[in-house]
Amino acid sequence: MTAAAEGQPVFGMTRARRNALLQSESVQGFALISPTFLYALILLVLPILVVFAHSFWTQDYLTTDHTFTLENYRIALTEPIYRDLLWRSLYISLTVSFFTVILAYPIAYFISFHGGRHKSLWLFLITIPFWTSYLLRVMSWKVILGYNGVLNSGLMGLGIIDEPSTALLYNSSAVIITLTHAWAAFAILPIFVSLEKVDRTLVEAATDLGDGPLRSFLRVTLPLSAPGVLSAALIVMIPTVGDYVTPKLVGGKDGVMIANAIQAQFGKASNWPLGAALSVTTMLVVSLMAGATVLIIRALQRLAR
Amino acid sequence: MPEQSERPQSERPQTDRAMIEIRKVTRSYGAFKALDDATLTIREGEFFSLLGPSGCGKTTLLRMIAGFDNPTSGSISVGGQSMEGIPANRRPTNMVFQSYAIFPHLNVEQNVAYGLKRLRLGAVEEKRRVEEALAQVSLTGLGKRLATELSGGQRQRVALARALVMRPKVLLLDEPLSALDKKLREQMQVELRRLQQAVGITFVLVTHDQYEALAMSDRIAVMFGGKIAQVASPKEIYQRPVNRQVADFLGGMNFVKAEIVEENTASLVVDTLGFGRVRTDKPKAFVRNGGSATLGIRPERLRVLWDNATAKFEVAGKVVERHYFGEITHLIVEIPGLEKPLSVTETNDFGADDIPVGTSIRLGYDPEALVAMAD
Repeated sequence: MTAAAEGQPVFGMTRARRNALLQSESVQGFALISPTFLYALILLVLPILVVFAHSFWTQDYLTTDHTFTLENYRIALTEPIYRDLLWRSLYISLTVSFFTVILAYPIAYFISFHGGRHKSLWLFLITIPFWTSYLLRVMSWKVILGYNGVLNSGLMGLGIIDEPSTALLYNSSAVIITLTHAWAAFAILPIFVSLEKVDRTLVEAATDLGDGPLRSFLRVTLPLSAPGVLSAALIVMIPTVGDYVTPKLVGGKDGVMIANAIQAQFGKASNWPLGAALSVTTMLVVSLMAGATVLIIRALQRLAR
Repeated sequence: MPEQSERPQSERPQTDRAMIEIRKVTRSYGAFKALDDATLTIREGEFFSLLGPSGCGKTTLLRMIAGFDNPTSGSISVGGQSMEGIPANRRPTNMVFQSYAIFPHLNVEQNVAYGLKRLRLGAVEEKRRVEEALAQVSLTGLGKRLATELSGGQRQRVALARALVMRPKVLLLDEPLSALDKKLREQMQVELRRLQQAVGITFVLVTHDQYEALAMSDRIAVMFGGKIAQVASPKEIYQRPVNRQVADFLGGMNFVKAEIVEENTASLVVDTLGFGRVRTDKPKAFVRNGGSATLGIRPERLRVLWDNATAKFEVAGKVVERHYFGEITHLIVEIPGLEKPLSVTETNDFGADDIPVGTSIRLGYDPEALVAMAD
């Protein structure tokens, strides 16, 4: 690669070597990404390090004790409340990503395979919900799922239920429904892109070799679009674990997630070290879960052969 | 696939029995007819080519035989069975796609075994058939390679093996050699022909390359604008084209205006300016159109007469252009009385490449080489 990488002192370089270094692809590449890289370093990596450091400290009212301790992690991992919240967050995010991908796939498939000349129109229509703020979209679910909401009135009007159901809003199902809707577009797009890349003659070849529509889908289209399914699942799963607006608005008491607890520690409870330990734990668990998802989908892809 | 025939490999059936019958098939897209009232019979064990320029309907016809497209009217039958309403996955045909369509997520073996999986032959028999198919296309030992690790020629062989392993009644090939470089293409032409002879399956090849069609086929259908212009053996198509379009598409041809003097069932007598009065065989499809016709002669059927050499039939003229092509030289010779100069190709073993432009030369020909075409 570069002279510096070979362990030679930069000062000892001749002019020609310096020019060669400046023109090398890797240096130019680093130069191109450096603004974003610095931005990410200052606003993402440093705060994470601060959080990481805090998680090993303790706080007494307003003073921070900088002695190293694992006490926060002990609390984060053993206190039943935090364990339950973490489990619930994982359960919600997994359920949401599962349903989002399941619902997004047919839409992406339809646009890609049957969208014809109107593909871009369809994609445009999918972005329409994003013209309003996320809060408004969550609030509108409150209107739909609420005690006097659209769904309850509709069901009562049809005579299916006698009095408004309270089971619709302020629980984890409400969070799952709202998040599934909110993240649909983020799942549709990567799946659509991967379906677009599937060579249509491959489907014809599968048909020619005797496969009906379902078999050729399962043996060719689905495995080849697996990368899109994988990224859709990850795109939905990772941020939803840490979502705290949605549970706050539609989750009620039973829909509280780990992010709400973290927020409480950094806010009202003003116990930054515990909040930090909870954050780090969540980050690790999410990373493990994302890794597991990658492995599972890869294994399924291999199975399809 | 119903009734996949298990044909012993020693048998070499080039019979007169029909394998594919295409009757009055039309495929229209709105007002445009991609294929217009095509009728054609392809025989069992035959290497048949559909030849024509792009947009002539040859690929449309092939895709209708495969079942990827359906005729607007008319019928197609394969092996005596009507294909109407039978989807592509249940037809006794298999296809080699122009892009080869190798499954990128599977290795060579898995690609070849793709269609066998559904037949549930059992692991041993399946493996045996895959090995056999790979051996047929000289890919033994490459079974574990990924599709992405193959060269263009190897991908083509995989596509062939994948189709042949199904033992179809008909193998359809959609411009299979067009993505290969010239040398590999010529090698594959020979190999494909040899393979077809060995397995005895009916091959239907779509191509726009006349040399490819001439080199490989038992018979060729030449198509223009959705219509079949001529169906015949390569030699017949080349030597006795039914019209100027076919003649022109199958390589160079000199066209000379002719007046019909006498016409009877087997022969024609015509008057031309450069070649004088000529008696030729009347082509089967010849239909007189007024008093004139066109006489054609291939450039290689005209030969330069050196020094005092004479021929029974000759024309004299002057060289106006000379083009060197390595093994041959292409001369453009102006003949008094002819509106267009004649193209002559001459091998370079006698020094045709050294004839100066402006030289007066004489050209000998065989009247057999003159072919009459309706105007």
